[in-house]
Amino acid sequence: MPEGVNRRAALLPVLLCCLLAGCGERTAVPSASAGPVGGPGGQERAQQQLLRKGNGAEPESLDPHRTESVAASNIERDLFEGLVLETEDGELVPGAAASWEVSADGLSYRFHMRPDARWSNGDRLTARDFEYSLRRSCDPATLNGYSSILYPILNAEAVVEGRLPPTALGVQALDDATLEIHLSGPTPYFLGLLTHSSAYPVHRPSVERYGEKFARPGNLVSNGAYRLEEWVIQSHIRLLRNRYYRDDAHTSIDEVWYYPIENDDAEVNRYRADELDMTEGVPFRQVRWLREQLLGELRIAPYLGTYYFGFNNTRPPFRDNLPLRLALSMAVDRDILTQRVMGTGEQPAWGFVPPVVNYSGQRPAWADWTQEQRNAEARRLYHEAGYSEQHPLEVELLYNTDQNHKRIAGALAAMWKQTLGVRTKLLNQEWKVFIENRKRRVITQVFRSGWIGDYNDAYTFLQLLHSANGQNDPGYRNPAYDALLDQAAATADPAERRALLEAAERQLLADQPLIPLYFYASKRLVKPWVGGYRPNLMDHHHSKDLYILRH
Amino acid sequence: MLRFTIQRLLTGIPTLLVLIAAAFFLIRAAPGGPFDRERDLPPEIEANLRQAYHLDEPLVRQFGRYLGNLARGDFGPSLQYRDFSVTELIRAGFPVSLRIGALAMLLALLAGVSAGAWAALRQNAASDHLVMAAAMTGISIPNFVMAPLLVLVVAVGLGWLPAGGYGGGAWRHLVLPVITLALPQVAYLARLTRASMIEVLSSPYIRTARAQGLSPGRILLQHALRPALLPVVSYLGPAIAALITGSVVIEQIFGLPGIGRFFVTGALNRDYTLVMGVVVFYGTLILLCNFLVDLVYGLLDPRIRHLP
Repeated sequence: MPEGVNRRAALLPVLLCCLLAGCGERTAVPSASAGPVGGPGGQERAQQQLLRKGNGAEPESLDPHRTESVAASNIERDLFEGLVLETEDGELVPGAAASWEVSADGLSYRFHMRPDARWSNGDRLTARDFEYSLRRSCDPATLNGYSSILYPILNAEAVVEGRLPPTALGVQALDDATLEIHLSGPTPYFLGLLTHSSAYPVHRPSVERYGEKFARPGNLVSNGAYRLEEWVIQSHIRLLRNRYYRDDAHTSIDEVWYYPIENDDAEVNRYRADELDMTEGVPFRQVRWLREQLLGELRIAPYLGTYYFGFNNTRPPFRDNLPLRLALSMAVDRDILTQRVMGTGEQPAWGFVPPVVNYSGQRPAWADWTQEQRNAEARRLYHEAGYSEQHPLEVELLYNTDQNHKRIAGALAAMWKQTLGVRTKLLNQEWKVFIENRKRRVITQVFRSGWIGDYNDAYTFLQLLHSANGQNDPGYRNPAYDALLDQAAATADPAERRALLEAAERQLLADQPLIPLYFYASKRLVKPWVGGYRPNLMDHHHSKDLYILRH
Repeated sequence: MLRFTIQRLLTGIPTLLVLIAAAFFLIRAAPGGPFDRERDLPPEIEANLRQAYHLDEPLVRQFGRYLGNLARGDFGPSLQYRDFSVTELIRAGFPVSLRIGALAMLLALLAGVSAGAWAALRQNAASDHLVMAAAMTGISIPNFVMAPLLVLVVAVGLGWLPAGGYGGGAWRHLVLPVITLALPQVAYLARLTRASMIEVLSSPYIRTARAQGLSPGRILLQHALRPALLPVVSYLGPAIAALITGSVVIEQIFGLPGIGRFFVTGALNRDYTLVMGVVVFYGTLILLCNFLVDLVYGLLDPRIRHLP
């Protein structure tokens, strides 16, 4: 435990009593922007601008170049700011960079830094900080597990793989105010990548001075709207607003508390006891009840992810057996699944790519049939594949231990049984065991899976099933599909690229190496007094965009 | 007595070594590793990670390295919480677990022994049956059921106490976890005390004491309770172990920053060093507690320490 944490912990009871008592009187300076009138409804803001958020797991670190979890990135989003920033609506706007130009071929980006940008200790934030940070992020010695997200940058892959030194990375500070980034290919979603934690700047003097311990309270210097005040592991992380932040005048919330609460039932209880202003998730079983009880507090919105069941395409019975794969997929009634079995706001999925920008999601023709038609065709294909009531398919369905997955797996088994007479054996495994088996593709037949996009673009989904991708768990391999993707990756013209990606998805759906089931929805409880909250596709929120209304 | 003490201490060392070895190899035998996740790491990064934590070495060599570090009091770095060493995590978490555990133990002893003694004095009366029925219920309801139930009623429904969190150790945050953790032990101790008390109360020397005209209070406190507590004391060792395992659940549900929670998340994340750290730490602790219980036992019952 870092020095000083225990001393501060002594203050905790006092603070928490304040919290529990509601708006206790506090001598804290009211925030600059907490005027008497604010918010869309013209409602009054609370004296005490304090936000308490449930945050799932304990973050593994707060070094933005060494974290992969959602929990860590939620906090880092408050602490750091990349060159580009997302608004609460998901739009990309200038962040640490004031503006940028893109070369005609789409391969070079020139960023102009803000002259007033500062670190939380008052140091100037320059283009050289970003040059250092992006190199550090790709340096294999940093052990950044997410460095592959920066692969569009020239030489990034070679740097991560240790074939080139970090200085060879296509990032260059021309002077303190100008940063140039060169790409290896046209990447229309590149600006979106710069909002990722792997592209956040770190404060070089602190990293060099404190080494691995630079991201601890007292050591961490950050450039976002907040700075790290306290980290009591497994208890809470407390952030205070960064007075040096370039846009501090528009920040309303002075203090943010992140609580690690893995158990979502416990999280809801703490929310209902008014100990949290926002939750990170909602237990599936309680969604319907919460929707009725906490009217308007349950915020459900489309989330950039696809839930699917994959076939193991590398082994029988599914290898080279398109009719069987199609039959099993068609026999699943997605409407019943999303509305009756789940009833938690997810959208039925017929294609693999959820709604993203500059893209039309593809769907097979049979998606528009009635379920009866689909069932009839499924039966025909099932027989074509050589199965019948006398010789039913016996299949194993593998999922990671979880109530929700269990329910969905059970529903699928029932639908297959009813329509086709398939005998399904449900098998669940603990998470780490499950992902290892899924990756090895030896014992799997049908397995649960899901993919959350890294950026708002169809490519983040489609690249998953490229035959060269190590995470292609279904083991899908079609040279035509690979070619379309490779071509799209090298195409600068947006319309042409889009057409190629859409063709790739059509090819994928024709081959049906997996069963898309639904597009994810983000779910969260938000107290009525939290202003400024707007659900967005990536489910990314900055505390600086929120404010607390008087309540 | 000295020989007894040294003997008991020495037998603890091989036990601990076996425990360390079993935990070390078992956790590594579990499928999946600390760096397996939904999204693959670039192979070079994974190789670097394995190298940084010496996971690329042969198992036996890793074990030797671990024992060597352990002898120097170093539990190693946590594989999951990269900014912290296991020693730091245990140092941060143990005071929390200790506080909850000690309070629960105190509550269990006070409530359990008095309820048991009270029931024994009213053997087969309605109040006896009532206490025993309550105890039976307490034993049967697992704490992962009891905890959410208490939270729903007391915290969410009535709003008397917080639903979770440690609050830096403020008493309001401790009440529910301590009660939930203590309940099964209260129940168990009550049953134990009652049974042993009934046995003692019917023994001849109590009859003699009565015949001598001693007051009932004096008979109870001075003559009956002490021998009746022997089984209670010998149960303290297992009770501490039960409290530790119970705390794993309780800390999770109430969101307390104790080491029980590290144990669970550590196992799920395959954080080898963290799991090992908690196992070694708790293993040593339980061995020490059992040893202390033996000593106390010897003090309470002279027959024990004179055994060859």
